[in-house]
Amino acid sequence: MLRLFKKILTTGMVTERIKPPKDDELERLGIEIKRHVDKKFSGSLAIREVDAGSCNGCELEIHALNNPYYDIERFGIHFVASPRHADVLLVTGPVSRHMQTALLRTYEATPNPKWVVAAGDCAVCGGEFGVSYASCGAVSNVIPVDVVIPGCPPTPLALMKGLLGLMKQ
Amino acid sequence: MSDANWTTDFLSRLVAADIAVAQTPLPSATLWQIDAHHWRQFAELAIQQNIRWAAGWAEHDQDRFLINACFEKHGVYLLLRTTVSAAKPALPSQATVYPAANRSERHTRDMFGIDFSGHPDNRPWTRHKAWSKQSHPLRKDFPVQGEPQTMTSPDLDYQFVKAYGAGVYEIPVGPVHAGIIEPGHFRFQADGELILNLEERLGYVHKGIEKIAEGRTPESLARLAGRISGDTTVGHSWAACMAMERAAGVEIPPRAALIREILAERERIANHLGDVGAICNDVAFVFAQMQFTRLRELWLRTNAGVFGHRLLMDRVVPGGVACDVTHEAGQSMLKDIARLRKELSDIVTALDLNTSLEDRLYTAGYLSAEIAEAFGTVGYVGRASGQSFDVRRDAPYPPYDQATFKVPLETEGDIAARVWIRLKEINAALKLIEQFIGRLPIGGDLIAAWRTPAVGSEGLGIVEGWRGEIVAYIRFDGDNQIARFYPRDPSILNWPVFEKLTLNNIVPDFPVCNKSLNGSYSGNDL
Repeated sequence: MLRLFKKILTTGMVTERIKPPKDDELERLGIEIKRHVDKKFSGSLAIREVDAGSCNGCELEIHALNNPYYDIERFGIHFVASPRHADVLLVTGPVSRHMQTALLRTYEATPNPKWVVAAGDCAVCGGEFGVSYASCGAVSNVIPVDVVIPGCPPTPLALMKGLLGLMKQ
Repeated sequence: MSDANWTTDFLSRLVAADIAVAQTPLPSATLWQIDAHHWRQFAELAIQQNIRWAAGWAEHDQDRFLINACFEKHGVYLLLRTTVSAAKPALPSQATVYPAANRSERHTRDMFGIDFSGHPDNRPWTRHKAWSKQSHPLRKDFPVQGEPQTMTSPDLDYQFVKAYGAGVYEIPVGPVHAGIIEPGHFRFQADGELILNLEERLGYVHKGIEKIAEGRTPESLARLAGRISGDTTVGHSWAACMAMERAAGVEIPPRAALIREILAERERIANHLGDVGAICNDVAFVFAQMQFTRLRELWLRTNAGVFGHRLLMDRVVPGGVACDVTHEAGQSMLKDIARLRKELSDIVTALDLNTSLEDRLYTAGYLSAEIAEAFGTVGYVGRASGQSFDVRRDAPYPPYDQATFKVPLETEGDIAARVWIRLKEINAALKLIEQFIGRLPIGGDLIAAWRTPAVGSEGLGIVEGWRGEIVAYIRFDGDNQIARFYPRDPSILNWPVFEKLTLNNIVPDFPVCNKSLNGSYSGNDL
């Protein structure tokens, strides 16, 4: 137990300062925000992540948002287990046809007001997989999208800027 | 090490059983062609010789189908092939002999409409409702766009195994799970907290990878292969490039081979770091999760700094690599390694002494050596249950043929063993990277000139990805275009044993059992 506490103390705080993004920065990152979160909800965002067909690359970087360097919870953004608890759906992947109904039902299960963030090139435009017998392509082909965050995969910093941009008034 | 003689001995046994074999040498494997009606009999004789079933796939060629199965023993690979007519495609199933062939044959049946007679399971596997039972996406006359409905209905007809009895109940989980994780469905039958049976239903992230690979150029195929499973981008693109290079007769420069190795071992370490933290997190030991995600982040930042991409996507390209390691970068990576070792020794000692981890990880999720062997389990899951196979050592490819390293092995078969094997593999990988950075020549080509392969050229690429053995098959058409690409992710072999290792565990231990195996959904569903 002493070793454990020693490691915690010697590691110290590694969380990095991150400024809310300016419009030109969002533009440079290719992030597009079509609708902001209403001011009264913006202090706390509950996110339900939905992999609708991704290769798992985006998931790895979304996981990183919770590591001590990015610690996204300090901004009031947290991941929840059910769409019924969520304000935001963070969707990755081209939507595989086998996930189409599941994604739509998840969207319908999310209470209003709700926002949808499409993260990663596949979710934004279909990416490497596009539209085929097995893939519906972009998320916007299946449900309405409010924010797009491109990248293959988007870096944790780009994901963070996109989510903070969504909350900015 | 490798003993090529078993093929000679085995061949004489086949001849004694009246099975005619036509042999063709391929780079890295021997191709044996037999009659379709001997398909199962071949498997029966092979399993008697402890030959492992490694992969199976088919190919549509005008009025016939080619059916392939890849076998391995002592690091020697054998590609078995037979032909059936497209008019009435049927052959005996190998799944009654090799359980590992079960889902693979169901996939081939869904995608090509080939009937494996005597197959123990007539349910679909990859097919849900995106195409009809009568159409088969990998037939050449099936258009890549298919004939999709505006709304693909959910697959409600799948017949799960049922359990009955007082107090027995069922839990459906997924496809959308509680965590940040890929989609798949798990159906439990439980009594109280005890899992009586677990059935996997995958195929949700089927993206038609095999179909959209057709007609691509080598560069474009490498990009696609790098996105079969995002955590194995180096492993899959290396296997696919190796298959294409062998088909085209292209030899990669020694410097490129060394850099591919550094990339592959860095990928192994990044994933193992993430997994060890996540396993501990699944038993509510957050200290480890925070420390390991911190180490992983530092590791990925070095990837971005040296190679230009955090997950190392698109660094392996046909003929070589798209990135270099300068002397300074090599030195800074060596410093990184020393720092990681020091940190790991602090953290792992703290984990080892922790009784709450001990309580949850030891004996949980037990996979016996017998079941691991019967299912042909590979990678760290196999190596935690006494299955020592490692392509890097047993069927070495450049630059591993020039390396000295040990492959760790555990025999306990529980979740703790799957944690320890990962930690030992991190150490082994760190030593390998050090060795190869030390050997990097000054200067030298990064990429070899590409040669357009002849129509019909084929190649097999086999590498040890971070999850285990990856088999990639390529056939070229004319004009440098891909005619057929089949990647066998290690998860395809490892997912079936998950149904076995969760038995008699409690439902709350399901997530940690799952994480200890960490199969790829995307790599399985293609």
